[in-house]
Amino acid sequence: MLALVFLVPLGWFFFHTLFIDTDPSDLWDQIASVLTSRAMLQAIVTTNWISLLVTATVLLMGYPIAYYLANHNGLRFTLVLFCIIVPYFTSIIVRTYSWMVLLGREGLINQALRHLGLIDTPLPLLYNQLSIVIGMTYVLLPYVVLTLFAAMKAIDRTLLLAARGMGASGPMIFWRVYLPLSRHGVISGALIVFILSIGFFITPALMGGPSDVMVAMLIERSVEITLDWAGAAVMSLFLLVVTLILYAIYYRVTDVRRLMGAT
Amino acid sequence: MSAAPLPQGGKGALELDGLTKRYGDERVVDAVSASIRPGEFFSLLGPSGSGKTTTLMMIAGFVVPDGGAIRVDDADLTRVPPQRRGLGMVFQNYAIFPHLNVFENVAFPLRARHVAEAELRVRVQAALELVRLQRFAERYARQLSGGQQQRVAIARAIVFHPSIVLMDEPLGALDKNLRYEMQVEIKDIQQRLGMTVVYVTHDQEEAMNMSDRIAIMNHGRIEQLGPPGEIYERPSNAFVARFLGEANLIEGTIERIADGQAELRTRDGVLLRAQVKRAAVGQAAALFVRPELLAFGAGAGNRVEGTVRRRSFLGSTIRTVVEVGPTTHLTIDLPNQGTGGGPGVGAHVTASWPVVHSQILLD
Repeated sequence: MLALVFLVPLGWFFFHTLFIDTDPSDLWDQIASVLTSRAMLQAIVTTNWISLLVTATVLLMGYPIAYYLANHNGLRFTLVLFCIIVPYFTSIIVRTYSWMVLLGREGLINQALRHLGLIDTPLPLLYNQLSIVIGMTYVLLPYVVLTLFAAMKAIDRTLLLAARGMGASGPMIFWRVYLPLSRHGVISGALIVFILSIGFFITPALMGGPSDVMVAMLIERSVEITLDWAGAAVMSLFLLVVTLILYAIYYRVTDVRRLMGAT
Repeated sequence: MSAAPLPQGGKGALELDGLTKRYGDERVVDAVSASIRPGEFFSLLGPSGSGKTTTLMMIAGFVVPDGGAIRVDDADLTRVPPQRRGLGMVFQNYAIFPHLNVFENVAFPLRARHVAEAELRVRVQAALELVRLQRFAERYARQLSGGQQQRVAIARAIVFHPSIVLMDEPLGALDKNLRYEMQVEIKDIQQRLGMTVVYVTHDQEEAMNMSDRIAIMNHGRIEQLGPPGEIYERPSNAFVARFLGEANLIEGTIERIADGQAELRTRDGVLLRAQVKRAAVGQAAALFVRPELLAFGAGAGNRVEGTVRRRSFLGSTIRTVVEVGPTTHLTIDLPNQGTGGGPGVGAHVTASWPVVHSQILLD
């Protein structure tokens, strides 16, 4: 039933555009021309670059937050968790617009900096890659924090005690014991953020500049503006295949973790 | 990172001076004092909740004492963080790093001490040979049996030549046969390296087999401290007597004391004699005697008569329970000599034992 609801429209879309609207003999030419077009190649590069930036930023921010959560309880734990979880339940559009309010030419940050006399003309904080990364990081942070938190909670505390007892300094315990033991969380968190990033649409569309076109935006333009449904289908299929491959890797990583936890 | 060298070598004398730990109103460790000699195998033995593990964790530095002091070779370690104490430690669940192989697990304390790679290899190899694991250097913990993991934990605790090694119920997870084998092995390693071991266990046979001295703990206090033979044969109170194996404790009232011996009238009216240290005439007390020191038949010393109520076959011994009076039962252990002898259930018997084998215990 679920498969019917989710897969049939998708399958019909691909089938209709690629096999009915398109002459079957032209199919491979069509695919090749779409995938090697300048716009698509540019979008693939941009998508990867932004996704990598977002993944790295989310990990660097998420790791300390998850560490804090894993090592505190009571009120402080609840407060931090609340701050992480609440945006998670808010619409992406609301979250994106809230950052646009902050980052815009007349946004809060620029106004504050001008009042403090630090700048004369507003900084270009919005409609560039910086604002895309900020917006996407904010949206994706909860996923990585929760994944890392679960991995850190599973770390056996006596291993850390043992390391201390054997003379290890704080940094040595972190680099040689804690970080390797939370590695599964880092890998799964990075994969899930990357998977979600490459298909992102709303945040880059609203917060990006004219040249920051990601694959999902290109698909939307093909449908809405150029009415090139076949091209859109090819791009969608491409994105879907890449996502599924990454998801397969993610599945294997988390599966291995379960196996290791069981022994 | 601090560059000061971690303590190494040393003689390994450990002084506990009035160690106390409170959790809320409860004193889980209450004024524990002991002078542990260099090269001594010292056990903390007690039931769960007796404070033995908390005492060990205070020595290791993982638990901060509320009172008292810890000194190693006259250096005060009470406020020194665990990573600077230089003690070896074997944890109950082994605490082997799952992401490192056996070699790197054993090398960990040496890496923490920035030992040069060449020397590190030599020392890890030597430690692995000592526990007979040299062929397993590349394995991971999940590929090892319980006994092998135990050996890794021991190799890791001794590889940096600490003068003192702490062990927290290290054999608790192993089955009985393997446990005895490992006891012999640990004792052997300890003697070869001449190190001081503080060993926590709730298994009295294990403690007696390995230890030079044992501290029996109960409710956070040391009830008695001494060599295994001494605390087994001359327990200072009923708790120690019961905790270290089977004990007969016959309750009664002291009627006379003379020349270090007391006469005790049991509740059933029998008069028995025993060694006594401190007691007063008229005081309620218990007469203690180990079951294996009793014999059937009329001998010199104390003598009682009764009816055999139960007979248990325990392999190397045969245990007989004799009802001497309505409130007094005696347990008698005889070595199994393959003759199937000894009186059967219902038989009327006489049992006797020399006065020197029994003592008056108070409380």
